[in-house]
Amino acid sequence: MSETRSDIPGPVPAETPVPERGYSMGREKLMLFLRNAMGMFGLVLVLMFFASAIFAPLFATHDPLAMDIPARMSGPSADHWVGTDQLGRDTFSRVLYGGRVALKIAAIGVTVALTTGLILGMLAGFGPRWLDNLLLLVFDTIRSFPTVVLALAAVALLGPSLELVLVIVIVTTIPGYARLARTSTLALKNTEFILAEKSLGASTARILFVHIMPNVIGPLLILAAMDVPVVVTIEAGLSFLGLGVQPPTASWGTILNEGYLIIRDTPWMVIAGGIPLVLTTLGFTFLGEALRDVFDPKLRRGR
Amino acid sequence: MWWYLLKRLGLSVVIVLMAIAALFVMLHSIPGDPVSIALGPRATPEIQAAYAEKMHLDQPLAFQFLIFVGNVLQGDLGTDVFSNRSVGLTLSEQLPYTIILAVAALGWAIALGIPLGCLSAIWPNSWIDRVTGVLSVGTIAVPSFLVSIWAILIFAISLRWLPVLGAGDEGDVIDQLRHLILPAFAVGLGWVGYLARMVRASMLEVMGENYIRSARAFGLTSRMVVFRYALPVAVLPTITLIGVGFGGLLSGTVFAEIIFSRPGIGRIIYDMVLARNFPVVQGAVLVTIVLYVVVTLIADIIVSWLDPRVRDSL
Repeated sequence: MSETRSDIPGPVPAETPVPERGYSMGREKLMLFLRNAMGMFGLVLVLMFFASAIFAPLFATHDPLAMDIPARMSGPSADHWVGTDQLGRDTFSRVLYGGRVALKIAAIGVTVALTTGLILGMLAGFGPRWLDNLLLLVFDTIRSFPTVVLALAAVALLGPSLELVLVIVIVTTIPGYARLARTSTLALKNTEFILAEKSLGASTARILFVHIMPNVIGPLLILAAMDVPVVVTIEAGLSFLGLGVQPPTASWGTILNEGYLIIRDTPWMVIAGGIPLVLTTLGFTFLGEALRDVFDPKLRRGR
Repeated sequence: MWWYLLKRLGLSVVIVLMAIAALFVMLHSIPGDPVSIALGPRATPEIQAAYAEKMHLDQPLAFQFLIFVGNVLQGDLGTDVFSNRSVGLTLSEQLPYTIILAVAALGWAIALGIPLGCLSAIWPNSWIDRVTGVLSVGTIAVPSFLVSIWAILIFAISLRWLPVLGAGDEGDVIDQLRHLILPAFAVGLGWVGYLARMVRASMLEVMGENYIRSARAFGLTSRMVVFRYALPVAVLPTITLIGVGFGGLLSGTVFAEIIFSRPGIGRIIYDMVLARNFPVVQGAVLVTIVLYVVVTLIADIIVSWLDPRVRDSL
């Protein structure tokens, strides 16, 4: 590990994504990314997801809660682009607003899980052996609960809410980040620059946050991009079961749930509610894989 | 080998105990009095006191936990508060349906995914590799509950090929199989792509190894090299993956059971959550956790049996 590091010219370690100034290596990575067709396709889908969620009020053709009973369960028309639901609400507008719920859960969930996982992982890797073993055991225990089963148990106790979905998403995704951070920290723990820092009397906090974190965070950011669809899917799945976002709030899950109840009358709701879910998943998966190939080729298997 | 098995088994037991403790803490952090939650608002104080004594709810929490663990270890998962039946009995009726669905889903995914991954690794960048690549990304991107809904829309409602609801008539195997096709398809679809990618990646890695080149240099046929030397090694990470991913598979069966109204553990958890029947929820969650831990244990044992390097690393 240390030999390969010292070969790299410039003050920027290999895994650090996008240096602030235009180092030739950063520009080279950018060019590599721009030439990756799948990655660009993913980026476009991801930008579409962000834009449609943030600017939902601008794009929406109707108020997502406005009912129009005479036009209920209709198919696509000039007025309602992908039809209406059982209360005559415009499905297209509801899908747009549903994207806001997905974006909110994804943004908060991934950020909190990444930060907590990073800190716990570095502590497990750098701290004493007993702490490492304890944390690993906790992660394994969390993993042994199938997500939906954990969510069902939690909902049984606390009742359905958006906040609970967030907590479940965070708890179940933390172990992934923590394990990744732990492995990289273990590899760095006994390298010369960390030992030197230690012998100079740097505090543990300084070593962890100033010296280890920049070397560990790269792969975690890539994992975060790939985790977004997982998080969005959990939210949609729980809301579909009626355990997440509650009506009348529009979410892709609640649209699918309502659409499933009237699937014999109109197929348009389950189609319209599902497509954004698939596109978002595809977008983040392609983007994450392209980022991984460009910034961290070691993670790529089968070369 | 025995030392490895012992350590791995010990770890599983500790994980199950931790999960039981987590579950216990969760159940005891419900706001409100457990007695009135279990019996409802109409119970008289005498009935409440009798119930509290019977369930040891008047004892300290640590003592309750020991009783709870002791009962679980003896196979006693408690009593359904509504029907007064044993929870263990209810779950043992439901469990086979879940296992059949999980095995059927995983079975067809393995039968299709592993050969596809193999073929695309043997001929990289061929048409079959490209089709497999698109197929695997496509199938991974559609969540299983969405596959269920769309499969119902296409095969049951538009084409009217297959039945939608239930598990089929008792004793009529053909009917039960017909009811199994769509749920198994939905739960397994994502796994086809997942397995194909995994096998392709590890196959490519193994095919680049020196011993494979040597085998080729000795003039062995391609088929011999692939099936006798490359595949057994390449399939190892996949077995671990199946074990670890089993939790996700169980999540998939929960959705499929609910959407297709099939009996099973997932459906009973869902129904009992809505009915707020906590002893059954608790027992069923425990069963899924044990199921998961046992499957990962089996996967690890198989891998360690096939690959001596793993044994020495723990």
